[in-house]
Amino acid sequence: MEAAGLMTRTAAGRVSVPPPPPRVRRPGPFAYLLVAGVAAFVIHAYISGAAISPTTLVEGIGPFTAFIADAFPPDLARADAIGAALLETFEIALVGTIFGTILAIPLAVLAARNTTPNRLVYAGARGLIALMRTIPDIIWGLIFVVTVGLGAPAGVLAITVDVAGFSGRFFADSIEDVDKGLTDGLAATGARDGGIVVGAVVPSVTPAWTATTMFSLEQATRSSVVLGIVGAGGIGVELTTSMSLLRYDEAATIILAIFVVVLGVERLSSAVRSRIR
Amino acid sequence: MRAEPGRGSGVSRAKRDPELVSGAARAAADAPAGAGATLRVRSLTVAFDRGPVLDDVGFGIEPGEVVALVGANGAGKSTLMRALVGIGARSRGAVEVDGVDIGSASRAELRAVRRRTGMVFQRFCLAGRLTAFQNVLHGGMGRTGPRGWLAATASEAERREAMTCLARVGLAHLAGRRASLLSGGEAQRVSIARALMQRPTLLLADEPVASLDPSATRDVMEMLTGIAREQGVTAILALHQLDLARRYTTRVIGLQAGRLKIDSALTACLDSELDRLYGDGVAGAPSRGGPARATEAAA
Repeated sequence: MEAAGLMTRTAAGRVSVPPPPPRVRRPGPFAYLLVAGVAAFVIHAYISGAAISPTTLVEGIGPFTAFIADAFPPDLARADAIGAALLETFEIALVGTIFGTILAIPLAVLAARNTTPNRLVYAGARGLIALMRTIPDIIWGLIFVVTVGLGAPAGVLAITVDVAGFSGRFFADSIEDVDKGLTDGLAATGARDGGIVVGAVVPSVTPAWTATTMFSLEQATRSSVVLGIVGAGGIGVELTTSMSLLRYDEAATIILAIFVVVLGVERLSSAVRSRIR
Repeated sequence: MRAEPGRGSGVSRAKRDPELVSGAARAAADAPAGAGATLRVRSLTVAFDRGPVLDDVGFGIEPGEVVALVGANGAGKSTLMRALVGIGARSRGAVEVDGVDIGSASRAELRAVRRRTGMVFQRFCLAGRLTAFQNVLHGGMGRTGPRGWLAATASEAERREAMTCLARVGLAHLAGRRASLLSGGEAQRVSIARALMQRPTLLLADEPVASLDPSATRDVMEMLTGIAREQGVTAILALHQLDLARRYTTRVIGLQAGRLKIDSALTACLDSELDRLYGDGVAGAPSRGGPARATEAAA
């Protein structure tokens, strides 16, 4: 490098060195439009009263303090019933996650460009996944309460559909990310499509699928609590009842129990994910 | 001695030139007869969005021949290799393996051709999370049903054959090791064992030593050419190292910018011709015998 970095010597002789690229790229029109759009929604939220104002927060301090005072110490009198409901909540999440994952696998194979048999099937599978994923789990819960009645089966079905949509999308994306050389390597041996999926795709996506399934289980555990509120089984019913009857000490027991279970599932999920690399 | 890939020629330069015919015939005669595939490539043209990668390429290979495919990066070697088994972009012209036209073959016929075509890739193309043994077992997928897809359900005969293939490449002791934990040389030997598991009649190796050190390069080249000669398998080895081509093969097919420039017995091929293949403005051309490591852009 010579002459203050402006010229250098190569096999072809002295050549000028262009300046380095800019440190920060200038934002394009789309970035400006995006920022303007977000700002417009936030301003509208304040005007319409949807946003949190400092006044609202200050006014809420009193009732919150009263709630905490009533909630502690937690009432353990109905610990057995709460424990049973909590177990049901976890089982709804677990069974729903298992069924949802089983449903997601074939859907993902059909919804990945590199494994789908044709474009029509691809579009159909992607559409079904989008439908399952975009409708919130609580709405699925309401639908299944209407169709199969109150109780845990409605919760399991709601979680199943929600997990199938969530996992189906991420499973399909991870299939599309599989190294093409790997699938070509097996295709070149004369393997059938099923053999390529089993021999090349599944081993490659196992870590991503495991992580997604564990995230699904975490999400399903939280969802199954909320699903109880609409009558789809689990501890949500207990929580709604305690809150409605102003039994905040009993509600505190339920909330703490939910906290322990959700935290436990998250820890388990992290442990599994760290071992599957 | 430059081949002229005339439109619709379909017959290799070796077929037309008596001097080359003798070289090719000698190469075929050296190999045991019976097990190797016959290959015919006629006016093969493959184009991507940016233009043709192979342009009117034609040649023929007799059973048991071990042929070096040479050319600079982007010359079309990998594209040609993939076209020989019907993988990759659509092509015009004809590729026939043992009389089966790859372009018009049914899925079953294409699978049957691929089943007998062992392919060894530069980047190994092994499932990193599976063991060496499981990867080798995959070589038998073309002939086994779904039972053979998993090591747990494969038949005892298939499992024994996979171990035999691993033993042939000297890696039986690493059968249970994950492919991602193997060295480059070991991984390439596993991919050769997988190709062996196919009981191939045609062996295609796409820059099989491009990422290997000299010792592993020697092992892999001796293994590939040894297998080809012992079993009379027809083999095409895409190489950058011209000294390896001279040492291990008897015939050279040279591509430049997608066109067939050389097709002759190596004994009849001048150094200057091979050098020109990497010259003519092609940047980054390796010296003869130099360790070329770049991948082929066309792939």
